[in-house]
Amino acid sequence: MIMKTILSMNHICKQFPGVKALDDVSLEITEGEVHALVGENGAGKSTLMKILAGIYRLDSGELILDGETVKFNASIDALQHGVAMVHQELMPLMDMTIAENIFLGREPVIGKSGIVNRKQMVQDAKVFLDKLNVDIDPRKRMRDLNVAQMQLVEIAKAISCKAKIIIMDEPTSAITKKECDNLFVQINELRKNKVSIIYISHKLEEIFEICDRITVLRDGKKISVSEIEKTDVNRIITEMVGREMDMIFPEGTAVPGATLLEVKNIAIKGLLHSISFHVRHGEILGIAGLMGAGRTELAECIFGLRKRDSGDIIKEGNLLNIQKPIDAIKNGLVLVPEDRKSTGLNLIANVEDNISVANLDNYTKYGLIDQRGIRNSCNDMIKKLNIKTTGYGQIVDNLSGGNQQKIVFGKWLLTDGDVIILDDPTRGIDVYAKYEIYTIIQELAKRGKAIIMISSEMPEIIGLCDRVIVMCEGKVTGEIGKEELSQERIMRYASGIAT
Amino acid sequence: MNKTLMNRFSLILSKFGIIIAFAAVFTVLSIATPYFLTLPNMITVLRQISFNGIVALGMTFIIVTGGIDLSVGSLLCLAGLVSAHYSVAGSGSEMPLAIAVLAGVLVATIFGLINGLLIAKGKLPPFIVTMATMTIVRGISLVYSDGRPITGFNNGYKEIGQGSVLNIPIPVVIFGVMLLISVILLKYSKFGRHVFAVGGNEKAAIASGINAAKVQTMVYVIGGVMCGIAGVALTSRLNAASPQAAEGYELDAIASVVIGGTSLSGGRGGVLGTVIGALLIGIIGNGLDIMNVSSYYQKIIKGCIILLAVFLDRKNIKS
Repeated sequence: MIMKTILSMNHICKQFPGVKALDDVSLEITEGEVHALVGENGAGKSTLMKILAGIYRLDSGELILDGETVKFNASIDALQHGVAMVHQELMPLMDMTIAENIFLGREPVIGKSGIVNRKQMVQDAKVFLDKLNVDIDPRKRMRDLNVAQMQLVEIAKAISCKAKIIIMDEPTSAITKKECDNLFVQINELRKNKVSIIYISHKLEEIFEICDRITVLRDGKKISVSEIEKTDVNRIITEMVGREMDMIFPEGTAVPGATLLEVKNIAIKGLLHSISFHVRHGEILGIAGLMGAGRTELAECIFGLRKRDSGDIIKEGNLLNIQKPIDAIKNGLVLVPEDRKSTGLNLIANVEDNISVANLDNYTKYGLIDQRGIRNSCNDMIKKLNIKTTGYGQIVDNLSGGNQQKIVFGKWLLTDGDVIILDDPTRGIDVYAKYEIYTIIQELAKRGKAIIMISSEMPEIIGLCDRVIVMCEGKVTGEIGKEELSQERIMRYASGIAT
Repeated sequence: MNKTLMNRFSLILSKFGIIIAFAAVFTVLSIATPYFLTLPNMITVLRQISFNGIVALGMTFIIVTGGIDLSVGSLLCLAGLVSAHYSVAGSGSEMPLAIAVLAGVLVATIFGLINGLLIAKGKLPPFIVTMATMTIVRGISLVYSDGRPITGFNNGYKEIGQGSVLNIPIPVVIFGVMLLISVILLKYSKFGRHVFAVGGNEKAAIASGINAAKVQTMVYVIGGVMCGIAGVALTSRLNAASPQAAEGYELDAIASVVIGGTSLSGGRGGVLGTVIGALLIGIIGNGLDIMNVSSYYQKIIKGCIILLAVFLDRKNIKS
């Protein structure tokens, strides 16, 4: 069977201030294939796709779509040519409903009057949501959804656009295994209908499950394109990072000590039901669970970002009064949030300002800032976390997702808190950067810090944690020690099935 | 190679664009009329922009947090009236200069605090709140003064706006001092960092332990203080306190801030830019006055410059 080429991106180059994002990259997609695009953070995947989706303009090169050369000046051009993109960093219209977001610009109207047929819109939206097995009222506002739900709506939108090519940028980074399986069913359907999918992901296991071919980018250049059956995970990783990766998880040498933090009966009506747990010096406690289990809400409570109805937070035997984040920080509790762009970073500020912002008190004398001190600490942190940036003065918005996450890490490491809560700390980050972050986490545990790690990635929970508590629908349904950790066990507790 | 050179050039242009624009206009005016580039005229320009400049300093803090203050003109006016009331020579209500000045500044500060609390704690939109305050305080000014101007100040009060120190008009000195304090506060202090953090991303700032509500309240208080000081100085200069004074001052203040490069969406900018913005507006007004251009045309020209400044600012952000 001859595979018809539906898309050729030839010799694409793109330059940003201080960064050459794409250097002569070519990509070829055939009709009805699921084509993986992989690479470290900053390799150029998102940039290449944003050019295809009409969001960025290429500096040089050409786009040939279904035989004709095209030039996209805006994302509407791409959409009209059948290219839809589901973004990694979600950008929904928060104050509009799910239905309005899905049909933005294509709202069904009543006859020729131009008046929106709301009933039709909600009905049609429900059809696409049901296809993805998503049980949310299409009249709900985007603002009321969490990250995972918003992502599913984005996918529904792309599917509703009847696109010939759908670009999925880290589609499963914030959704659970069940949703992921669901998504793959949808992808297979699309494949049968001759829709091509460009699949950007760091989850190599998934890629080998669903994709036909895989293109590897590194530092803005194309390294290889292979058929999935003809390659393997190790080879791909080597191509991505340019070196052999024999161990994915660093050795943990920390020995847990006395109890550092104790959380008793935290409750929020309708959300959290009497959650209690403890974490010790030098221990990495995992909190696993499905979407909607309440883990992020729990973390926000402990950190003072969310009001709780009841519950105590006790550190080293002392009852803490935490009403606002500053109370938590002063008591040595820090939180690396789930959504770095909205809660973790000031995108229009530079690296230095972002790293220092939670710790300014330590660099202030008589009210004035010790700029040199901040700069030195910042440079140390850049080196320590291997942050890919042009320097302390670079605006954080220009960094890739993984490096942005490292900045958030750096900010909290600087405060030297001793209870570190991590909410999905490696979401949307490449394999090599993940390893670096795991190493840092292990190091912190070795120094006696208590780490609470919320994660939906089984491998990292099993590979890193000393102990795992599992939440389901606002309750703690199980606690598992390191020796008994297994994917099946975690999943069982997470689904609320009693052992 | 050519591209990187262009990149560097555009970066420099965006940072120093306002200075280049100022230098350009300054040069053109110096050539256009011989009366412009003289020492007396330069001092006049400085004195003319001082009052607006002080207000614009306060406005900078507010706009950096992403807010706006439309009530500055009214606060300035009321501060002038109150301080004038206690400075009428030989009257029953005459108070020592320090008390009179303090009273005026305090009144403006209190309304600044009210602005701040309504916006930061009440979570009401700054535009509406300060528009309301603007109207309310203007009304209070009319009630307080019974609609009539206050004149006949004692010498101490007159000295503030009309005197000079080493040939430099006192309003200019006050402006200079306020500028210094503002630079230290916004650029070099911890509070200043908090201001930028809140303006850049309020949620992230809160999650980093910053008391965003307190910061937001404080910038409006600072705005109030600046208005109070400017109000006293202007009233002294004009030798009369009028309930109609300083109408439209908010537009000039905002224009100075925006032209100076501070972004209206917050999180970006600075006080030094504001000063240059104020100077630019000042020399244009001054130059056009010398060349006998009617004030009607001046309004059109001023508006066009603001548009140009905002356009360049947007282009800067996009790149």
